[in-house]
Amino acid sequence: MKLGEAPVVSNAGAGANRPLAIEARGIVKRFDGFTAVDGVDLTVPEGAIYGILGPNGAGKTTTLRMLLGIIDPDEGVRRILGHDRPHEVAHTIGYLPEERGLYPSMKAYEAIAFMGALRGLPLAEGRRRGRELLEQHGLGYAADRQIRQLSKGMAQQVQLLGTLVHNPRLVVFDEPFSGLDALNQGKLERMMRGLAESGVTVIFSTHVIAHAERLCDEVAIIAGGKVPFAGPVDVARDRIRPQVRLETRASDGPWRAALPADARHEGAYWMFSLPETGVEPLLRALIEGEAGILSLSIERAGLHDAFVAIAGEAAARALEESPEEVR
Amino acid sequence: MSAAPVSGRLSTLAAALVIARRDFTAILFSRSFFFFLLGPLFPLIVGGLAGGIGASVKETTARPELGIAMSKADVAAMSAAYRQLQGQLAYLPDLVVVAELEPGQAFDAGAAVRDRKQNLAAVITGTPAQPVLTGTRDLIERWQGPVSLAAAQALGNAPASYPKVELSNLVTKTTADENRSRVTTAQLGQTVLFLLTMLLAGMVLSNLVEEKGNKIIEILAAAIPMDAVFLGKLFAMLAVSWVGITVWGVTGTAVWLAAGNSLADYPAPAVGWPMFFGLAVLYFSMGYLLLGSLFLAIGSMASTVREVQTLSMPVTMLQLLNFFFASYAMARPGSAIEIAATVVPFSSPFAMLARAAQDPRLWTHGLALAWQVVCVAICVKAGATLFRKWVMKSGPARGGRRRRWFGRRAKAETAV
Repeated sequence: MKLGEAPVVSNAGAGANRPLAIEARGIVKRFDGFTAVDGVDLTVPEGAIYGILGPNGAGKTTTLRMLLGIIDPDEGVRRILGHDRPHEVAHTIGYLPEERGLYPSMKAYEAIAFMGALRGLPLAEGRRRGRELLEQHGLGYAADRQIRQLSKGMAQQVQLLGTLVHNPRLVVFDEPFSGLDALNQGKLERMMRGLAESGVTVIFSTHVIAHAERLCDEVAIIAGGKVPFAGPVDVARDRIRPQVRLETRASDGPWRAALPADARHEGAYWMFSLPETGVEPLLRALIEGEAGILSLSIERAGLHDAFVAIAGEAAARALEESPEEVR
Repeated sequence: MSAAPVSGRLSTLAAALVIARRDFTAILFSRSFFFFLLGPLFPLIVGGLAGGIGASVKETTARPELGIAMSKADVAAMSAAYRQLQGQLAYLPDLVVVAELEPGQAFDAGAAVRDRKQNLAAVITGTPAQPVLTGTRDLIERWQGPVSLAAAQALGNAPASYPKVELSNLVTKTTADENRSRVTTAQLGQTVLFLLTMLLAGMVLSNLVEEKGNKIIEILAAAIPMDAVFLGKLFAMLAVSWVGITVWGVTGTAVWLAAGNSLADYPAPAVGWPMFFGLAVLYFSMGYLLLGSLFLAIGSMASTVREVQTLSMPVTMLQLLNFFFASYAMARPGSAIEIAATVVPFSSPFAMLARAAQDPRLWTHGLALAWQVVCVAICVKAGATLFRKWVMKSGPARGGRRRRWFGRRAKAETAV
């Protein structure tokens, strides 16, 4: 497979005409016969916030590691910021792995400088920027403290700043909200939006649908190592028909014939997918059937429903069972 | 946050330097480095104490004695003659009077030698004219001459005095002496080299495992090639070891010189002392880099100290075999075995250092060092490849699952 061929999944969203920050075609990774990632295609436009959504064990981290060049795919091709070898553009990438790690004996500003140095930022400049960033984020008082003296949350923030100290063009976060309290999750969301607004491409993995729904322009839904959907969030939501919520005065009558086969009664409401013929024929049938409509609303499907429809019930259950997150 | 990157792409060497600088300063300013510097003191103290006590015990309890059981007059004559002889032959054992026999009295010499209350190695019985020496074969064969001389002296058949021999010490040693001394220098060099490389390669392994424990390795692997990470770690520990060797060398030399020693008292190695020391540093560096890169490859597959111990034990044993191989080859310069020892990468530094002590040709060292550099590069590359192949195959454990690093265990693993 070659890059540059017509993409399998269209990116017909906000980033349709933007150059691609990440392009991957058919990437496969096997570990001792077990296929962790099975032919994943991804196209991430520059400046987008892109989410990789899936339950634990779906292949999110392995996919990110292949995109970053930490491991090589067994099959398929990838291109990061126009380069086939991710390490060639490592100085323009920031990466926050799921498992946070810093040298415990390093001072906070030095840890940031070291992470910058790994990305080609001169050490002196890194130290200066490290102090500056800590000040900007209200951690100036901790600049000279050793990492082992910081709380877990503060250490996570230090690592986050280290990820950004060299002003990357592309930032990759692996489960960035993991372990953060609600307040810091909000701060991180704002920071990610700010990065995207300044033209930085943000890609993150998550098993929390709410984060993806709030933040992402586009998502890739991953389950069992495969990506059954990749594209704009709206397109994913449009994969399932809008849901009708109907409340009637009459409990039974000829109007019941107007309800589609998937209609289900939940409390005082009838819930069903909007028929393909649209809302007007439905309304006419309900009125003529003397339903006595008390309320009727049409709700667009959420990303959760889209996930269930695309990835299947099992994957959705696994997603919900993923521990430790504030959803 | 501005979107303009402020950094530039790092070459592999520059990236290795970033790692090396971090590791070097972290180790140098750690408490463990202080203990590392003190490290050689402990075996020296323990060895010295054990050796001193052992020698003292041996001196006091194991020194054999020669018994004598004759008539009173014969004992007196033999004792006087023996003492005179002992002045000339200092290695002779002390003569102990076991019994002064009456005429016709029988004496069981065998029983006296076997008597556990005494420390007799042999017993002289009979008369000076017809002495009988009873004891184990090796001792009686060794002592029959002096006993015979003492008996002759007691009978008045030997010179009553011995002329003083003037000693003329040869300043230059014989060729045989020099060769023997050079072998000793080579052996000493090999042993020091082996101990140092094992110590430091073990340290670099611990360093990598600690890094994995800190979860930093993924950040490093994402930013720079693993080859650079490995090289950086190796160089850092090499620099640390040079600092250690300098401190040990200066301190040791000062103590050695203060004790009145001089290099001039020892036979110079075939390549001369300055070149020998220079080559020793180079071969130490290559030996360490070779073993260190191998240990790093092992470290990349292990995540706990226990796993490290399990995996590194066979390598340690193999390295011990390499050391013995090089030591064996040293005694056969120019033979096929010695050439093989210089070619096998892991025994090459040891064998070549021994060669430096025995053979003045320098070009062989240039060739060997070039070969060792190639082997280091191969080992580092292989280690980095192994790391990328076997490690990072899954995300963190959740729900009580334990993270595993071994490839064969990964079948039960799911990617995250």
